[in-house]
Amino acid sequence: MNRVVQHIRTHLDASFAALSDATRRGVLEQLGCADASITDLADKFSMTLTGMKKHVGVLERAGLVTTEKVGRVRTCKLGLRRLEEEVMWIERYRQLWDARFDELDKVVEELKRKERANERRKK
Amino acid sequence: MNAGRSSQASHVKHRMSVERRSERELVVTRTVDAPPHIVFEAWTKAELFQRWWVPKSFGLDLLSCELDVRVGGTYRLVFRHPSAPEPMAFHGRYLDVTPPSRLVWTNEEAGGDGQVTTVTFEARGGQTHLVIHDLYPSKEALDEAMSSGSTNWNDETFDQLDEFLASA
Repeated sequence: MNRVVQHIRTHLDASFAALSDATRRGVLEQLGCADASITDLADKFSMTLTGMKKHVGVLERAGLVTTEKVGRVRTCKLGLRRLEEEVMWIERYRQLWDARFDELDKVVEELKRKERANERRKK
Repeated sequence: MNAGRSSQASHVKHRMSVERRSERELVVTRTVDAPPHIVFEAWTKAELFQRWWVPKSFGLDLLSCELDVRVGGTYRLVFRHPSAPEPMAFHGRYLDVTPPSRLVWTNEEAGGDGQVTTVTFEARGGQTHLVIHDLYPSKEALDEAMSSGSTNWNDETFDQLDEFLASA
């Protein structure tokens, strides 16, 4: 997976920074099971409301979580789709090109051998 | 992992890079161990091109391959994937053919809104540095291409994310 990270690092920096924190990753897993309010999340992770708001804010700015305020409650949802899709798509695309280049190398080796043989014949 | 990025590559295993360079561009680079005229041949002769462009190891089965490699000429590849009931076709038109250094073609299977592919073959000490550049008509078109075949979040994707972060 290293290579993938390397090639899309610039693009995903904000997301990775957001995910570097254990609490924020816990919040994502929690939201993967069900949507939750910031109060719910603060309770689950035994944190102050202010502390949890900060974490959710980081995740929101990275596009990993979306929030919606209904009445007095702010509900958080997983906003991961875009990141996950792009990472997985690029990984599949890389695998396709890996497979292509493996075969291209074989074709090219064959052409090189033929060319060398032709040159010898000319001499 | 970074050692192979630059041009001092003759002994380094040919490193490939795949990068979304901008909102509309996707770029693949790779060095191939042969001079450009040979690599160009492998890209422009149908009987050679079909041996590598649709890799068997990727579960694809090529049914036909026609390349009319000249400016304005068309190409058409028909292949089958086990997940799709009907055969699929890639087709389009060559916009530039400059042996042995440049190939440009359109991708028209998605209607008029496809990407334009530019491949450059650059000589580097007996080898060829390939740059495959896909330019999409809009950010939305590339986003759309990337979101096709998506999966939902589940334990497996979280495991992959874990692995991902561990190596980041």
